[in-house]
Parts: sequence; C-alpha cells; structure tokens
Amino acid sequence: MEVYLDNSATTRVFPEVAQEMMEIMCEHYGNPSSLHLKGVKGESYVKYAKEAFARILKVEEKEIYFTSGGTESDNLALIGCAMANHRAGRHLITTQIEHPAILRTMEYLEKQGYQVTYLPVDDEGRIRLEDLKRAIRQDTILVSVMHTNNEIGSLQPIQEIGPLIKRMNPGTLFHVDAVQGFGKFRIYPKKYGIDLLSVSSHKIHGPKGVGLLYVNEKVKIHTISYGGGQQRGLRSGTENVPGITGMARAAELMYAHLDQDTDQLYELKDRFISGLKKLPDIRINGRTGRDSAPHIVSVSVRGVRSEVLLHALEDKGIYVSAGSACAAKKPQPSATLKAIGVERELLDSTIRFSMSVFTTREEIDYTVEAMHELIPMLRKYTRK
Amino acid sequence: MFQSFLIKYAEIGVKGKNRYLFEDALVQQIKYALKKCDGEFLIRKTQGRIFVDAQSEFDFDEVVKRLQRVFGISGICPVVQLQDEGFEKLCQDVIGYIDEVYPDKEKTFKVAARRARKNYPLESMEINAKVGEAVLRAYPQMRVDVHQPEILINIEVREEIYLYSEIIPGPGGMPVGTGGKAMLLLSGGIDSPVAGYMIARRGVKIDAVYFHAPPYTSERAKQKVVDLAKIVSRYTGPIYLHVINFTDIQMYIYEKCPHEELTIIMRRYMMRIAQQIACETECLGLVTGESIGQVASQTMQSLMATNDVCEIPVYRPLIALDKQDIVEISEKIGTFETSILPYEDCCTIFVAKHPVTKPSLNVIRRHEENLAENIEQLVQAALETKELIIVTE
Repeated sequence: MEVYLDNSATTRVFPEVAQEMMEIMCEHYGNPSSLHLKGVKGESYVKYAKEAFARILKVEEKEIYFTSGGTESDNLALIGCAMANHRAGRHLITTQIEHPAILRTMEYLEKQGYQVTYLPVDDEGRIRLEDLKRAIRQDTILVSVMHTNNEIGSLQPIQEIGPLIKRMNPGTLFHVDAVQGFGKFRIYPKKYGIDLLSVSSHKIHGPKGVGLLYVNEKVKIHTISYGGGQQRGLRSGTENVPGITGMARAAELMYAHLDQDTDQLYELKDRFISGLKKLPDIRINGRTGRDSAPHIVSVSVRGVRSEVLLHALEDKGIYVSAGSACAAKKPQPSATLKAIGVERELLDSTIRFSMSVFTTREEIDYTVEAMHELIPMLRKYTRK
Repeated sequence: MFQSFLIKYAEIGVKGKNRYLFEDALVQQIKYALKKCDGEFLIRKTQGRIFVDAQSEFDFDEVVKRLQRVFGISGICPVVQLQDEGFEKLCQDVIGYIDEVYPDKEKTFKVAARRARKNYPLESMEINAKVGEAVLRAYPQMRVDVHQPEILINIEVREEIYLYSEIIPGPGGMPVGTGGKAMLLLSGGIDSPVAGYMIARRGVKIDAVYFHAPPYTSERAKQKVVDLAKIVSRYTGPIYLHVINFTDIQMYIYEKCPHEELTIIMRRYMMRIAQQIACETECLGLVTGESIGQVASQTMQSLMATNDVCEIPVYRPLIALDKQDIVEISEKIGTFETSILPYEDCCTIFVAKHPVTKPSLNVIRRHEENLAENIEQLVQAALETKELIIVTE
C-alpha cells in the first residue's frame, strides 16, 4: 500500500489539470504577448485564470499577479513593498514561525537597513494580538503573518489582525503567506484587510513552478525583476500559460467542494490523532480540531529519531516529512518547533503527516497501525 | 592546431617481456576514457609509443582532462601533424609553432629530431642544426641550451612530420587491469573513495561493497555512495558495487554484545562479508580507507582486532596519511563535495558515546561468541539479498 502523507511538501496533480496543461503545451503554446491568433489564445488562458482567482478571492482581476511560486510571491511582496514605501518608514513585523521564504527575505532587508520585529508565539503556535499591537509603530510599513503554519498547522487570527493593524496605523500594509491555507479555507483579502497574499500552485494539486501574489490596487509596490513589462510591469517575463491555467483549474476544483472536503479532512485528522494517542510518550504539536489546519499533524515521538522513523514508514509505503521538507535537507532544528517550546530532546524526534483530498480512512488506519508496530521496535534500539 | 597526442607512459617502459600487456591495457583505458568525448579518435601503438589521433573536430581541453585520469600516463604531448612539403616549409612551420605556443621568447631551447622515415633527405643531426639556426634567425632573443633547455622541440619524421614540445603531466601509476582486482569497502565518507583511487592507480581493478542499514540509513545515503563510486569510476573504469543490507546483523550485535565494542564487532563482520564476496568475485585483497588513530576503531589495537578475521591481504593505502592529506587528494579527484553531504552511514548511527579504543582481541572474540546462535544465518541472508549495481561514469 502506498500512502502519501507529505502533502504540505507537495501534492499530486489532479489528472484533469495535467490533461489540460498537456493540451496547452502541445497545441495552444502561443505567447500571450504575440499579436497573432495563437498569442490571443494564450492570453485568453491567462485571462481565464485571473477571472477564476478574482472569483475565489473576491478581488479584482487586475490585482492578481502570477509568479513562479510561493517563494517568489513572498520575496516580491516584502522587498517590493519595502522599497516602494521606505520613505514612510523602515520597520517591518513578522513572526518567528514563518516559512524561510519570509524569514530569509526579512534578514536580507535587515542588511539593507530595515528593522524587523519577530513576534513570538504561544505553545500552540499562535501570536498574541497584544504583542502585535505593541509592536506596530509609526514607521511600520508592513506586517507579514502566515495563514497556516507549514510544520504544525497552527492558524493565525488573520481576521482579527487585519483590522487591528489598520486601527493602529492605517498606512501599514498587511501581507499574508497563505501557501498552506489556500485551498483549505475561504480567504477574502478585502474583507479581512489583507493587502497582499501569497499562494502556491503545487500545494493545491496544481503544477510546480507557479504561484500568485494578490496585491490590492492601492498598494505601492516596486518590481524586483526587470524585462518585457508583462503583468503591468510588476512581474516581467512571458507568462507560464500552462502552469497558470493548471493552478487556476486546481483552485477551482479545490473550492468546488471545499466544505465537504475539509469536513472529511478534520474527521480523518481526529481519527488519526486518537489512534496515535494510544501510544505512550508521544506529543501532538499545536492545536487540534477546528482551530487548526485540517491536513497537518505534527508528532514528536520520544526516543526515536525522526529520520529513522521516516525511513521505517517509507519501508511500509508511507511517505512523511521530518520537520518540514523545505528545511529537512539541512540538519538544523526547526525554528517553529523551538518557538512553540518543544523540548530539545524532541526537536529531532518530530515528524509531520499531511493529508490531502485523496487521503482515505483506510490509509489513515494503515498508518496508525504502522506507527503502533514500528515505534516500540525502534525505541528498543537507541543510542546509549 | 593540434590533431594528436603523444602519450608518454610511466613505469610501463621498464617492464620486460610483459610490456605489451601493459601497453594494451593502457590503450584499452584510453579508449574507455575517450568514449564520452565529442569526436572520433584513433588510438594506435607504434614503435614503443602510443598516439591518440583525432579523426574529427574535438574539444582539446576535454580530451586532456580525460587523459589526465588514465593511470599509466606520465605525460600528454599535444602534437602538430605536418605534411612533408620540403625542409624550408618545415623550418617555417616550427617558427610559426613557437610563436603560437610561446608568446614570451626569452627562453632557451633545443631541437630533438628523430628520423623514423629513413629516406628523408636530412639526417637527424642535420635537422637539429638547421632548424635550430632557422629558429635563432627568426627569434634572436632565444638561446640554445642542449643540456637543460626550457623548450625541447621534438620533430619526428614519419610519413607525416610530428612536432611537439609541451608535456602536460598525467596521473602516473599503471594502467588499471594490469594488477589484478581488489574489493574496496566503500562508505560515504572522505577516506574510502581516496583509498580506492590510490590502489587503482597501481593498476588494480576495483570492485566495491557498501553496507546500508535501512531504515537507519536513507536511500539518499546509498545514492551518495553510488555517486562516489561514479566519480571514482572516472579513473578506474566500471565498478561493480555490491550493496549489503546490514540492519539485522547490526541489530543482533547491538542486542548481544557490549555497546562499547559494537563498532569493532560490526567492522569484523563487514570484513568477513567483504572477504566472502571478494573470494567469489576473484578479488585478491580488500581495500579500506583506514588511517592509524583517526577514530576509535582505527587505533593499532582496533585495526588488529578488525584484521583478525581477514584471511586475504587488506590494503590500507591511507594508513599513514594525515586527514588533511586525504582531504587534499579527495578534493583533487573530485569526491570531497559528495563525501561531506550530511547523511548518516551505518558506522555512525549506533556508535557508543565512549567506544573502546584499545580492544583486547581475546575479549572481542569471547563477546562475539554471544552471537553464535544466529549470526551465521544472518550473514548468509545478507549475502543472499545483496544487490549489485554496475557503476560507470
């Protein structure tokens, strides 16, 4: 049995998405900027995708910019806004548990002379609104907070943060990294006071190498790459037509039965956690239930190194991540786990299961069974 | 400008009646090395020398780089082939050649001609003198030095005339395949690939064995070893890599033996298994990357304990090298960057906090008796389930 539980790393592409992309690559491959019919056809796909996202996010088409993925969207949002607004101030705020695409970019901005405040989180991985309120200053130009944490699935109170920021400083922009949250939650930037929003395609069963950035039309932002002036000059480069179309189709499919699918995911998550809890000496990180992401379960298993457990599960056809896949190649303890106060000894004993709409009850039961079989065995052999 | 390479070989020259065996092996290795190069090449053995002639367009730097990996080659001379269009033309060509290869003319030189085609109108000594004169006329700042010239201009008169003066150093050693075959214990570390390289440089063909311990070591750790073997195979030719699943043996030792002795006993079983595969595959010895005192399992006492189980010779080319020396070689041969990728190998996962550094052979032997019940079976199972990967560049 193959059980893929690493959907926060990446997901399987929907077959109908792959099919449509194939057609575009082989037949409707025109450059959207070309004047001839083939170009017009290419342009119509991009237009279609913009309409789709404008509908899903309840924003204007002209506020959608396609990028190469979540990382580029985050970079563009932070650097672009910092550059365009540096006269208003040079202070930014984020959290300690952001994705490296945010944290490393913030470090870059610090080297460029900006000041950054990193908000701590509680032991469930949520920031405290009080902390944020205190951190916002006259010269704060942007606050960036992730919607859903990629390692432990904690949710931030996005709907409260937006209004709070505007109350404290109407000039401060609000960026949300929704790479893990989009496709699982209904997110309406205008309603929540979000000025910029990053989305990635390959986390929602679309292709890799494409993402988007929503930018409210009132936001002052500079480009960070120069070229042919496509996408209103903010993001030059020939549009990735098959990728953009694939992402839009995938998003439409995700939102077609969103409530049903998330209900099912929460049910599976509950089932999974209650199965795991029968094991002694394990810890579920972050909140559970409706207060958490429906698809992510982070588990610390005392006395078992995560890499070993990962490979033992792999042997049974179960694919998971140690910590988060983006950082897992580096033998560095996770900043998120540290920030929520996971004890030292458990940092290297934490694995992440992440489900998708393809995940079944049988797969979850099989995985629980595998954990019950493997953990007592692996605990027998530890470094003395 | 250059269409051929004259291959100078190192110690082959002194081998007696077996010499042709060495030369044939060298030709084979050169063919293998150039197989992946763009272009067609003819490799020929004539009158005690080997030439590589380009039969088409080729990339000079690529060919030199690949020839520099062929053991047995001491020097690579890029050769200009000239049509015989009279002696005057030859002099002009030599002058033109010098101008192109040596922009700085403040040099001493000597002309060394060889007249293989005896009907050429001038004798070797005459060619030396007259070409030398012509060069001096063209470049008055150059001087003749017949004892230690900075530039030695070689002119070989055959059907065509070969002109060369530069010698690019080769790796030396002896052609792989002339020295039998050995089994390398290859881990993912820095040392063992270097050990394999050094033994292969003496003409020895290399097979390898790798012990993996899933789930404690990952597929990436295994891939890393395959990648290392691939880099070593640039020098040694194809490597037969035997992959042994060592998990059950390791667990069994972990259960039955004192923890401080785990590594030594483990290594004794690795040696036994490697030895068994070596004998089945006609290898004449084992090769390891051990170096005295580098870690607990490589003290003299530990080496003795490990060596105790070996009945065939164990070659340890790094035995007296410092780590820094080994690192330098691994950087030179290109394995270093792969070696330092951070995947655990089966030697490190269960290592004790304080392993024995001075094991007593008798104690180790006695503790190994704890394994009597099942170990034979486990070793047999490991051998039966071994995976063979043929690694080529």
